[in-house]
Amino acid sequence: MATMKKERTHSRVDEPQEIWQLRLYVAGQTPKSMAAFTNLKDICENHLKGKYEIEVIDLLENPKLAKGDQIFAIPTLVRKLPQPIRKMIGDLSNKEKVLVGLNLYPLEK
Amino acid sequence: MPRVEKKKTAAKLGKTPTGIHGLDEITGGGLPQGRPTLICGGAGSGKTMLAMTFLEYGARKCNEPGVFFSFEETEKELETNFASLGYNLTDLIEHKKIIVDFVFVEKSEIEETGEYDLEGLFIRLGTAIDEIGAKRVVLDTVEALFAGLSDTGILRAELRRLFRWLKARGVTTVITGERGDGTLTRQGMEEYVSDCVILLDHRIADDLATRRLRIIKYRGSSHGNNEYPFNVDETGISLLPLSSMGLTYEAGIERVSSGIQELDQMLSGKGYYRGSSILVTGMAGTGKSSVGAQFVNAGCSRGERCLYFATEESPSQIVRNMRSIGIDLERWIKKGLLEFVAARANMRSLEEHLLVLQRTADAFKPSLVVVDAITDFSTMGTGLAVKWMTTRMVDFFKSRGITTIFNSLVTGAYVEDSGVGVSSTMDVWMHLVNVPSDLERNRIMYIIKSRGMAHSNQVREFLITNEGVKLMEVYTGPSGALLGSARLAQGAAEKRAALDRKQEMEVNQKELFRKRSVLEAQIANLRAELEAREEEAKRIAGHETEREREIARDVKEMAVKRHMGGGRAAK
Repeated sequence: MATMKKERTHSRVDEPQEIWQLRLYVAGQTPKSMAAFTNLKDICENHLKGKYEIEVIDLLENPKLAKGDQIFAIPTLVRKLPQPIRKMIGDLSNKEKVLVGLNLYPLEK
Repeated sequence: MPRVEKKKTAAKLGKTPTGIHGLDEITGGGLPQGRPTLICGGAGSGKTMLAMTFLEYGARKCNEPGVFFSFEETEKELETNFASLGYNLTDLIEHKKIIVDFVFVEKSEIEETGEYDLEGLFIRLGTAIDEIGAKRVVLDTVEALFAGLSDTGILRAELRRLFRWLKARGVTTVITGERGDGTLTRQGMEEYVSDCVILLDHRIADDLATRRLRIIKYRGSSHGNNEYPFNVDETGISLLPLSSMGLTYEAGIERVSSGIQELDQMLSGKGYYRGSSILVTGMAGTGKSSVGAQFVNAGCSRGERCLYFATEESPSQIVRNMRSIGIDLERWIKKGLLEFVAARANMRSLEEHLLVLQRTADAFKPSLVVVDAITDFSTMGTGLAVKWMTTRMVDFFKSRGITTIFNSLVTGAYVEDSGVGVSSTMDVWMHLVNVPSDLERNRIMYIIKSRGMAHSNQVREFLITNEGVKLMEVYTGPSGALLGSARLAQGAAEKRAALDRKQEMEVNQKELFRKRSVLEAQIANLRAELEAREEEAKRIAGHETEREREIARDVKEMAVKRHMGGGRAAK
C-alpha cells in the first residue's frame, strides 16, 4: 500500500455528482491499517463506485497532519465531503457501522 | 510535621520544581523527574491550574519547554483563562516554549468500526515534544477519552502504554483525573500512575470554600503527609505549609517606638522590641485602631514600610478617621510607605487571608504590620482554626523580623482575654478599657505583659486628642482614682487650693513683716528712753557731787565764822 495515494474513479463523468472525499489516517503499515484500507476500498466500490476519492495519510511521515483532523486513534477515516465531516475509527471491519458513519445507509436499496 | 528531607537512596530521585509556593517545599523539591504524576480532584478543585502552573513555570523559569494536551478546553480558551492569572501563554507559545494542543473527543461524531489504537495521540504528543524539546508534559484530562470512546479495554491498554512511553521518553508528566465515586479517579487512573498521586479537594464549610491538597503517595521520596490548604487567586496557586514555620526566629535587642511617647516610657523607656508581636485588646471604641495608626505613623515618619491589614474599615475610612485625631496617613500612602490590605473577614477563607497577607508582606517587605482585628476571623472557623491562623501569622511575621500589632476586640472590661486565645504567643499585651464614671466614659490602658523588659505597672488614662494618642497619669486622690472631667475638676480644685495657700502665705508674710517693723520701732523707742534715763542719771550724779562740795564749803565757812565770834574757836 502506498503511504499516500489518491484514487479517483469516475464512472459517470457526465452526471454532475458530488465526489466523496475520504481520508484514511494510518501510522505505518500495520495489520489494522491494511485491514482498514481493504475494507474501505471494498465498501466504496460497492456503494460509491465512481464517485469517491480516498486519500491515505501516514502519520509516521506527516505527523503534523494529525492535529488538523483531530486524530488520536489509528486508523481513522474522515469523510471530508460531503459535509458535514464524519469520523470513523477502527479497522472498518464492522461494515454496518461504516455505512451508518458514512451516512450511506439510506441511499441503499 | 512534614519531613521534607529526601531519603538517601543509591540514585537519588530527581525532582522537578513546580514553582508553586509551598508544594515544592512539602515534596522536597517538586514532582518526580521524568515520571508521571497524577493530580486528581473534583470539578473546580484546581487541577488544570496546578498543571498549567507546573508547565508555565518550567517554560519560563527552568528553561524546560512543555507540552499541554488539553481534552477539555481549546487553546484559545486556555490562553484567555490563564491570561487572567498573569500567564502569557501566547508569548510562550510564540517563542516555542509551550505547545498547547486541544484533543477533541466527541462521542456523537465518532463511530467505532473495529480495532484501533491511540497511536495518533502518541504521534501528536511525540511530534510536539520533539518540536520544542519538551521536558514537561500535561495531559488534562486524559479520562475524557473514556467519555468519547466505548471500548474501555482498548483504552486501558493504550493508557498503560502511554504512561510507559512517557516515562521512557524521560518527560515529567502531570496527568489530571476527575475524582470518582469512592475512588480517586473515575477510571482508576491511579492504577496506571503509581509514582506520585496528589489529591485536590474543594470543600465548603460554613458557606466558605477551602481548597486543600494532599500527597497520597510519592514513590521514592518522603513528603508532607498533612492536608495543606491552598489558594488560587490572581497571582496563581500558593500552598500553605502549616508547620514549615517554627520557633526558630532570631530575637534581636533593637527597640522600636510605639509612636506614643508615654507608652514608650512605660515600656522601659524605649518601646517594643523589633520583631515582636503586640496584642492590643479592648472593647469597642477603646482606641485600638488609634494605637495601630499611631504606630504606623511613627514608623512611616522614620521611613519604614508599614502594612495595614484591615478587616473592619476601608482604607479611606481609616485615613479619614485618623486624620481627625491628627494622624495623616494619606501622605505615607502617597509616598509608598504605607499599604493597606482591606477585606472583610468572610470574604476569603482563613487560609486565603493568611496567604494574601503573607504574599503581600513578601512583596511589600514592611517592617511594621498592623492587623485590625484578629477577632473578626473567629466568626469564620472553629476557635482552634483561628488560633492556629493567628499563631501562623505571628510565626510568619517574627521569622521576617516584622513588628506586628494585633488588635483584638474583646467583650467585658476587665476580662483579660485575648479574644481568640492567643495571648501566650504574644510578646506584649496591652489592654484598653472604657470606664464609666460620673455620667461619662473614660479610657484607660495598662500593660498586662511585656516580655523581656521592665515595664510600668501603672494604669494610665488614655486620651485621644487632636494630636494623637496621649497617656495621662491617672489621678489618685483620697476618694480613689479619678478620670476625665473628675480628674480635671480635682486638678482645678487642687490648683485653687494651692493658690489659696500661696495667698495666705503672702498675707502671713506681710503680717510678719509688719509685726517685725512694729517691734523694731518699739526696740528703738526703748533704746532712746534708756539713753535718756542714762543721761538723767549722769546729770543727777553730777549735781550730787556739786552739792556735797558746797556743803563741805559751807561747813568750813561756818566753822571759820564761829572762831571769829566766840572766842574759843577751834585751832
